[in-house]
Amino acid sequence: MPEGRRVEISVPALARVEGEGALALRIQNDRIEHLALSIFEPPRYFEKLLEGRDPQQLIDAVARICGICPAAYQMSASQAIEDAFGAEQDGWVRAMRRAFYCGEWIQSHALHIHLLAAPDFLGYESALAMAAEYPDALRRGLQLQGLGNELMRLFGARSVHPIGVAPGGFHRAPDPQAVSALLPRLEAALAEAEALLAWTAALPLPQQAQDFVSVALRHPEEYPLYSGRIVSSEGLDIAVSEYEMHFEEYQRPHSTALFSRLQGRDYLVGPLARLNLNQDRLPSPVAEALARTGIAFPSRNMFHSIVARAVEILLALHEAVRLLRDYHPPKVTAVSLTPRAGVGYGATEAPRGLLWHRYRFDEAGRVQEARIVPPTSQNQARIERDLRESLESFGLAHDDEALRLRAEMVIRNYDPCISCATHFLRLRTERR
Amino acid sequence: MAVHKFSSCDGCQLALLNLGESLLALQEAVEIVHFLEAGPSDPEAPVDIAFVEGSISTAEEAERIARVREHSRYLVTIGACATSGGLQALRNLDRSERAWREAIYARPEFIDSLDQATPVREHVAVDLELWGCPINGRQILGAIASLLHGVPPIEDADKVCLECKRQGRVCTLVTRGVPCMGPVTHTGCGALCPAFGRDCYGCYGPAENPNGDALARRFEGLGLLPEAIARHFLFIHSHAEPFRTVGTAWRAQREKDDA
Ligand code: SF4
Ligand code: SF4
Repeated sequence: MPEGRRVEISVPALARVEGEGALALRIQNDRIEHLALSIFEPPRYFEKLLEGRDPQQLIDAVARICGICPAAYQMSASQAIEDAFGAEQDGWVRAMRRAFYCGEWIQSHALHIHLLAAPDFLGYESALAMAAEYPDALRRGLQLQGLGNELMRLFGARSVHPIGVAPGGFHRAPDPQAVSALLPRLEAALAEAEALLAWTAALPLPQQAQDFVSVALRHPEEYPLYSGRIVSSEGLDIAVSEYEMHFEEYQRPHSTALFSRLQGRDYLVGPLARLNLNQDRLPSPVAEALARTGIAFPSRNMFHSIVARAVEILLALHEAVRLLRDYHPPKVTAVSLTPRAGVGYGATEAPRGLLWHRYRFDEAGRVQEARIVPPTSQNQARIERDLRESLESFGLAHDDEALRLRAEMVIRNYDPCISCATHFLRLRTERR
Repeated sequence: MAVHKFSSCDGCQLALLNLGESLLALQEAVEIVHFLEAGPSDPEAPVDIAFVEGSISTAEEAERIARVREHSRYLVTIGACATSGGLQALRNLDRSERAWREAIYARPEFIDSLDQATPVREHVAVDLELWGCPINGRQILGAIASLLHGVPPIEDADKVCLECKRQGRVCTLVTRGVPCMGPVTHTGCGALCPAFGRDCYGCYGPAENPNGDALARRFEGLGLLPEAIARHFLFIHSHAEPFRTVGTAWRAQREKDDA
């Protein structure tokens, strides 16, 4: 590289991510001088507009934070409502929430793998451009995505902003006939998902080990999705209500999303973090399919995220089949709630990672104060660090175009959901 | 064709991304030149059809929508955000933008945000508006199909209530006494909520000639307090008339009662 080469890379609008983000990068004398993932999606002030809403409106409103993971928002909020009101837990409601949530994992992960991420690894501008060369892979992906959406519709009538979730449960139990029509299709998709897993493992993924902290929920028996304690690869193990004692958020001038850190460090949430921490919770057919890929988890290669997503599609299909196999509609589809003043917490694993909510309610059960921490703002600092490390190990001597492509690939690998990331939060600390 | 995003949740664009194999077929029929989430990125290219998602809520967005208008023959808004301002337009009611920004961000000066989140129509001329939060695939494919045949697309502006009756559903308002917004809400969803045994919450926005006052009085008859009535009208389409006027009137009523 000639002495004093100065590279300015700016990607004013990132493609194939959810929401609007940009990247600014300045390299001087073979060193990254400035790097900023800017999230400039305008804030929608959700936490304020939730104030005064009753539980049903809260559930319907938080869905609108993100069109891709509305169920995640509805589930975290539902838990917080029940926590605050001291509601009984119901086995049927819990099982069906998990099945509903599986639909969201399947559709969101299939969308990301095929329409957003795969073109990076196969060298295309978009999935649509990939269609001619990889028609079968793309079709399989779109079919899985469609199946995930159908599973969501069973419980919510539509997959974007489902309408079926009631405080305490569901407005209606799925029709047994609809369940028995869907079940064989979910079963048939297991083989497709296994093939998809093998396909992602065979992609030409960059090999690069990084040092990072993983954070995810952990449950005594299940692969975490709907509930658990918050754990990290460094030994953190806390209740959901203790989150604010360990994690802090801060604002930086280039971004409308807040950054998070755990004990002063960036950390990872999402499929790779979940799998790294919970591999022992995979049901055996899924664990065996994963073993056949030959990739060892926990993995330090961030690009194994796409493999982790495929593992989770397979897991979600298994779970959905298990939960719906002996389906009987219950008499009561929602536990009854008695509003009372107080604070409630909820945390679930959205497709992109830990989604934490806290609400304070008044005695009539209306929201007085809301705080929501979405996965993408938690990953923001991690993405920036990854960019530095990845670009340096890739080689800063590459030409601008190659550097830009690599940087975009690194960012997209996190499946950042910028719409989610920007609507938030009360600050505790702030640093520049 | 182009798909542009402004302040939104991305849910309306999913009407395209969730089309499955029809998405691949669509690509044969129309050339997609700009659709960031799907990959193609060429925001300034002249197009026949521009779909716009999201409300206008920053100075940058106000400028950008003017440019989109300049190079688009047919501009179609998709969804509540673009068509009526959406849920985030709640901040317009009390001009609360500044206060909210200060409550949420420690450094509010880093944030570029207008005091109101407004529909596209308040900024540039719009050729067609698709209502819904979210819109569905049928609506967007219908619009594309008409435009490909050179016929101006039309949206049915009837009420959810009529669709519900057509399906022979039991009325949630009459039989269950829940405050259903179906009598004043724009059709298009297929009356999903009543089919699930719950009240419509108006996510498709106001229908043509809705009698909001009469419905609000009906809600009062069901025992709802003025504040709860206001909340029903001031929700996903709080910036759209008559929801705005009816809602703010009942909210003022509550404040009078409080005083
Ligand atoms: S109208 Fe609703 S679904 Fe569409 S972008 Fe806005 S919030 Fe999302
Ligand atoms: S019934 Fe009403 S709230 Fe429900 S989906 Fe239709 S328009 Fe939206």
